[in-house]
Amino acid sequence: MESRKKPHKAKEKLNNDTFWGYLFIAPTLLGLLIFYIFPLFQTFFYSFTNWGDFGNYSWSGLENYKAMLDNPKIWQSFRNTLIYAFVMVPLSIAVSILVAVLLNQKIKGLTVYRTLYFLPVVTMPAAIGMIWKWLYNSDYGIINQVLAWFSVNGPDWLTDPNWVLISIIVVGTWSVIGTNMIILLSGLQGIPKSLYEAASMDGAGVTYSFFRITLPLLSPTVFFVAVISFISAFQVFDFIFMMVSPTNPAIDNAQSVIYLFYHYAFVIGDKGLAAAISFVLFAIILVLTIIQFRLQKRWVHYD
Amino acid sequence: MKKYLLFISLIVMVMLAACSSDEEGASGDEETTIKYAYWDKNQEDMLKDLVEEFNKDNPTIEITLELTPYDQYFTKLDAAASGGGLPDVFWMNGPNFVKYASNDMLESIDESISEDDLDTSPYPDGLLGLYQYEDKTYALPKDYDTIGLWYNKELFDEAGLDYPDESWDWEDLVSAAESLTNPEDETYGIAAFIQDSQATYFNTILAADGYIISKDKTQSGFDDPNTIEGIQKYHDLIHKHEVSPTHVQMETTNATSMFESGKVAMMFQASYMIPQFKANEYTNENVDVAVLPTIKKRSNVIHGLGNVIASNSENKDGAWEFVKFLSSEKAATIQAEAGIIPAYEGTQQSWVEATPNFNLQAFLDMAEVSEPYPVSKDTSKWATIIQDNLAKAWAGQLTVEEASEIINKEMEEILASE
Repeated sequence: MESRKKPHKAKEKLNNDTFWGYLFIAPTLLGLLIFYIFPLFQTFFYSFTNWGDFGNYSWSGLENYKAMLDNPKIWQSFRNTLIYAFVMVPLSIAVSILVAVLLNQKIKGLTVYRTLYFLPVVTMPAAIGMIWKWLYNSDYGIINQVLAWFSVNGPDWLTDPNWVLISIIVVGTWSVIGTNMIILLSGLQGIPKSLYEAASMDGAGVTYSFFRITLPLLSPTVFFVAVISFISAFQVFDFIFMMVSPTNPAIDNAQSVIYLFYHYAFVIGDKGLAAAISFVLFAIILVLTIIQFRLQKRWVHYD
Repeated sequence: MKKYLLFISLIVMVMLAACSSDEEGASGDEETTIKYAYWDKNQEDMLKDLVEEFNKDNPTIEITLELTPYDQYFTKLDAAASGGGLPDVFWMNGPNFVKYASNDMLESIDESISEDDLDTSPYPDGLLGLYQYEDKTYALPKDYDTIGLWYNKELFDEAGLDYPDESWDWEDLVSAAESLTNPEDETYGIAAFIQDSQATYFNTILAADGYIISKDKTQSGFDDPNTIEGIQKYHDLIHKHEVSPTHVQMETTNATSMFESGKVAMMFQASYMIPQFKANEYTNENVDVAVLPTIKKRSNVIHGLGNVIASNSENKDGAWEFVKFLSSEKAATIQAEAGIIPAYEGTQQSWVEATPNFNLQAFLDMAEVSEPYPVSKDTSKWATIIQDNLAKAWAGQLTVEEASEIINKEMEEILASE
């Protein structure tokens, strides 16, 4: 008798556990469904509509996607965003690895340095944009003042079409180093010390250990950082919005996809076109992320 | 088990809280409630005074004030309008007005005006016109802003020039600006900025006898030679006379900051800048304001807020009483004392006297020669096109004619689809 009862009880317990399990993920799951999954489908639907006043809309088929193709500004914004992402992400990862490795040494005031590098992360992007706008000011900004000491005539960082994207990339890189550094640091600390000891006994130098031990063992972390960075780089908006005004002569070379999305959705009120723009961006990010996952086999070492 | 219960009840509470925001109080029979929505927190105290004053004569109408910051104001109002839950009375501005009026969201007040024999002559025509759509009036004006020529007295004294006055035409402006410009120490006669269309080129267009949008809101004015001349004259200050900082300079450091630091001697600026110039010690002492110079005539745009009534309001009579009161002489006087230019003629004196350092009479004189701020149903669609293309002209990437041609073409397309 005893033996027959047992599995029954276990099953009941399992059911009970499943129920509580679902209950516990419910807040997150509901949030995800209501605030992400549902709007995702809604946006997809709206991208085929023509938006009128007060939430009225009418089916317009592929109109919005056609309008996108015909709009040189939108093409330009995708170009700007791609350049931004493909320069900013590798650059920021390289700098972050360097900083993380340096801050993984036993040096004085380690926590102070770590805090300093992490500060941009806890600062509001709007505030970062404001401060950098001052630094970049071509007449009174500190960057051009310093350049002037060396008799260099600094460019109009934010109003020269040739410089504006570079200026934005610098700010973008600077602001993500903190987050990347923290993640990479945790990756670094997972590398067993014994490997380095063994390597140095075998006569390996610092550079050799870095490329042969640190980088390969850090690659899963680097991969994670790369995926996350690409996704957020494609959504760059805040600094550009703060630093480049709509009457700026370099605006065409500076505006990102999300900047234009904001413009169409909230300034002009053409939510159908805005939905189409955001959906194309979503598709691009999706494809790029899939490619990254495919490519990881070639360079990521999970031991 | 207790822990789980606590947890569940917490979730339920959060959900209930989220659902209960739409709760509506049942209105009593004798007492009626009017919801009044507005966006400026600085006017909160003044509005409370107004409500108190209103209740002295109308004790049965209870007014609930609903403050929403400007950034969310129209988003919230749009949503309320879609759901049929607009507040009874609310602030409206020019750029959003036509959209609401053309979708039958607002109650026309012409009948009430004639029934009550209300005299609308104390309000500037340009301001009443701003809230008229298809020959119907939808709002009584609350306050307004006009444009003046601000100048730096110190720089004028140093150059030994007479201050600007009502005798000035465009040539006087240019010649004064030339004497005030000194490229070596980077001071300029005037800032020909375009970052604020209302304060700047809209006014030179009107003064040159041009127009931005036709009265019936179907035609763009950017193919009118007068319009182009008005823009060109303002553009020449940078590119021909070289008496203004360049567009790039003014993108880097905004024109108003240059004016406030004595780097430019004159600028077109609206009356809404008074608090800022008053708060700044340097400008409070050294600057003053005059009427705009004439090109073919003296003119400027006027913009002001209007109090409108929702078409789905359940208490239109009460709402009308309140709107009428808000734009009355008594309410105007209370506003003037609070530092806002009231729309009601003859009540502005206390507003002028409150700031003796500046010749604020100029703004009242400009109201006499004003035209409505240009709007249509989709104002922002073409407003950004004007802004984008003129920015290119200001940066020297297009000529004024080329920019006007593009603006005209695109603006006509937008107006045709409205």
